[in-house]
Amino acid sequence: MTDCEPDPQARRLVIRESLSVGIATGLYGVSFGALAVAAGLDVWQAMALSLLMFTGGSQFAFVGIVAGGVSAAPAAIAASSLLGVRNMLYALELTQLLGLRGPRKLAAAHLTIDESTAVAVSQQDVRASRLGFWVTGAVIFGLWNLTTLAGAILGNALGDPRRWGLDAAACAAFTALLWPRLRNRQAGAIAAVAAVVAVVLAPSQPPGVPVLVAAGAALLAWRAPGPREAREGAAEGSAP
Amino acid sequence: MTLWTAILVAAAVAFGLKLAGHLVPERLLAEPHVKRVTAALPIALLAALVATQAFVSPGGTLALDARAAAVAVAVVALLLRAPFIVVVVLGAATAAVLRALGWAA
Repeated sequence: MTDCEPDPQARRLVIRESLSVGIATGLYGVSFGALAVAAGLDVWQAMALSLLMFTGGSQFAFVGIVAGGVSAAPAAIAASSLLGVRNMLYALELTQLLGLRGPRKLAAAHLTIDESTAVAVSQQDVRASRLGFWVTGAVIFGLWNLTTLAGAILGNALGDPRRWGLDAAACAAFTALLWPRLRNRQAGAIAAVAAVVAVVLAPSQPPGVPVLVAAGAALLAWRAPGPREAREGAAEGSAP
Repeated sequence: MTLWTAILVAAAVAFGLKLAGHLVPERLLAEPHVKRVTAALPIALLAALVATQAFVSPGGTLALDARAAAVAVAVVALLLRAPFIVVVVLGAATAAVLRALGWAA
């Protein structure tokens, strides 16, 4: 890609950053694959999510909700889609940075996730941004799919997922995805309201529905956060 | 709806959202209120998922079991800046050990 050639040293730095982010992220496809089969998906269904959906937070949410039974599938689609809305915001920023047209735009869209965006927007010049986006996205795509397959096969071999704590691994994974987003008091308030609403509704509502209603807590962000808590940025943290 | 249908629909929506961001004019989505609410959606959804998985049993009743303990351990690990995979493994290990010892369901 001749439009992605920063000077050699900047190039090495971007590639190193992309590889470290990509490898760290790609590896936890193992946990996704194992959780997917624990939730009742087969290996091919787990692979289809990683190949076609390819946005970790949505994938974890989808399998977390269908674990409650296939009747929860519509709620699982809704939750994974709402989580995917942030990728649209990332794409808005990236599309100017990348300057693509035609089929490359389709490839860029598929690789538009938290990490590729974070690496791209944190570079000093546009050529480094483009290189960082493609290397990070491609490394994660390759590794995420390989490790999903490994995790799904491993998960099948383990038998009862509860005995190995795989259901609790999902809770821990969601906690880790949420953590870097709790950057200010408004974020904390939104998380607290959503958690309470979901738990209060859970005994009376079908699986998945409490989570969707709780998503309404995001409307608290309609008001801008106060001056002390105003720092906002796209694509920070370590969520997939 | 079969599981396969759900997977393909959800994947199509996920890709459609990404592509839309690359195709639509920015001003349609750049309104600050809309931007803040969409950016806050993952926070609300993830918090709701953590809460229901930690405190609601698969049968729909409130429960304080091994999964709540796993979340507590995960929070401690995150406070200590542990990487994602370590947090996940610690969460699983916590629940597995508590169940093996018969201390939690």
